[in-house]
Amino acid sequence: MPQEVSLREAYGQTLVQLGRENQNIVVLDADLSRSTMTQFFAREFPDRFFDCGIAEQNMVGIAAGLAASGKIPFASTFAVFAPGRCFDQIRMSIAQPRLNVKLVTTHGGISVGEDGTSHHSIEDLSLISSLPGFTVIVPADAIETAQAVRVAAASYGPFYIRLCRPKIPLVYNEDYRFVLGKAVTMRQGRDATIIAIGTMVTAALEAAENLKGEGIDCRVLNMSTLKPVDEAAITKAAAETGAIITAEEHLEHGGLGSMVAQVLARHQPVPMEFVAIKDTYAKSGKPAELLQRYGLTAKDIEQAVRSAIKRK
Amino acid sequence: MSLPEKGKLPSTSAKSIKAEVFSSSASVAEMEAIAKRLRRHIITMTGKAGSGHPGGSLSAVEILTALYFKVLRHKPADPQWSARDRFILSKGHAAPLLYATLAECGYLPVDELLTLRQMDSRLQGHTDRTITPGVEMSAGALGQGLSFAIGVALAGRLNLQDYRVHVLLGDGECDEGQVWEAAMAGAHFKVDNLVAIVDNNGQQIDGWNRDVMNLAPFPGKWRAFGWHVIEVDGHDLVQLIDAFNQAKKVKGQPAVVIAHTIKGKGVSFMENNPDFHGKAPNAEEVKIALKELE
Repeated sequence: MPQEVSLREAYGQTLVQLGRENQNIVVLDADLSRSTMTQFFAREFPDRFFDCGIAEQNMVGIAAGLAASGKIPFASTFAVFAPGRCFDQIRMSIAQPRLNVKLVTTHGGISVGEDGTSHHSIEDLSLISSLPGFTVIVPADAIETAQAVRVAAASYGPFYIRLCRPKIPLVYNEDYRFVLGKAVTMRQGRDATIIAIGTMVTAALEAAENLKGEGIDCRVLNMSTLKPVDEAAITKAAAETGAIITAEEHLEHGGLGSMVAQVLARHQPVPMEFVAIKDTYAKSGKPAELLQRYGLTAKDIEQAVRSAIKRK
Repeated sequence: MSLPEKGKLPSTSAKSIKAEVFSSSASVAEMEAIAKRLRRHIITMTGKAGSGHPGGSLSAVEILTALYFKVLRHKPADPQWSARDRFILSKGHAAPLLYATLAECGYLPVDELLTLRQMDSRLQGHTDRTITPGVEMSAGALGQGLSFAIGVALAGRLNLQDYRVHVLLGDGECDEGQVWEAAMAGAHFKVDNLVAIVDNNGQQIDGWNRDVMNLAPFPGKWRAFGWHVIEVDGHDLVQLIDAFNQAKKVKGQPAVVIAHTIKGKGVSFMENNPDFHGKAPNAEEVKIALKELE
């Protein structure tokens, strides 16, 4: 079993490094700095850290004002609160003017666990991806997180990076280089392609390994840049493997599955299955229990692969 | 530069203004003349466009006149000048007033005012910072400007720049919860380089504030949130200029200028008439209004 590492820790440590390298990096939080791990930055750079209290709308507006004045603000809270709690502020203060604000949110999806529905962020990718000009990234492990945060800092424009709460296995080693807008082929295969994001990349790799025993040869893509989505990689995978399965810790509509389906409909229609949360809210439970109850395990991916292949 | 003589005001071409810092030598009489021209622009623009928000533009005319022609340090030929004092319009529906003011300063040709709200115009129905020179913020969704202004003020502090930040809110806008999140934060972060101005015309779309959503005690709310409160007659240029000078001396806390105004000020049938919040005058009304503003 690969080592399990916290994405939030990787984010927090990377912010500190960025803060040392560039004095224009500033950080905002909404009373969750101990959870989002912006606390490391706050400790080293108290003058460049702004805790806005439990007021996400105001945090987003202050971040926009800082960006309009040449700063590079990273604003963090839980994924359920931004964009959920401040959608119009993100729309008018950041997206429309294309300001250089980086929203990095933690506790995405239902692997949040026991906190329950109010803290499960299952609509955030749909909301944020709907905004013109936003770049959206869902890293698959701590190594990709650190690199995505660096790329966001170095690239002008609004970014949303979604991290999960639990520690998850590394899928990359230190040689990995994140490239914005490019899907990463995690595993080659001929019979079907699983396209996954975030926590589901590990599950996709496990499913592919299990399906090998049944003689099914699966390709696995990590679509860590959700927007702009890598249309070429999706089209190529569909053409070469003839079936696509998406896997995400998010509602079935509006996230990765919807985006991939749109690309396929336009360029390369093939049978497709969606591993995602159906039209419902999850409840309290341990992360593993929730992922099982709501159909987000390697087993669910395997079943989806079999269904898609049958329809080829 | 010094302003041209009264009656010839102003130059409409940025060329003649060059990169000079805008003058603060205008007399009160000159500024009164400018204010009248701004009112005429507002009527003409919204009349031509057939839509727009004359009421809340007319109420804030003296506020913008005092700021742009006396208080702010700015260069119309260099809208991005980093040392400029910032003016942020949070009540984005007063865009006609801001555009007219920017045109009178030389940021835009005065003729362009007649393109308000038309396809491909730089003068959008509500402000858009990406296309209009001199516009600091994309606004129109109320409640967002004070937060934005705090960010701009904090950046100035971090960058050791001495620019000042002014942000204009409507009183009705203060129904929005975000305004009070920002009010808390402004005092908490002690942004004494920030001045909020409330165009306190007492009305919102559905009627008088006190009937729609009572804001009273309004000055008391700001004091309770930790702000230095200055109340003025928002149509008195001298009082406004004094208030901004007084705000400059406030240290350790932000200041708010509550400017008591009349919605639709200057046009008899628009004054205190919420119908003209978001309705343009028709051709006949334009004629009457311009006659009143001669």
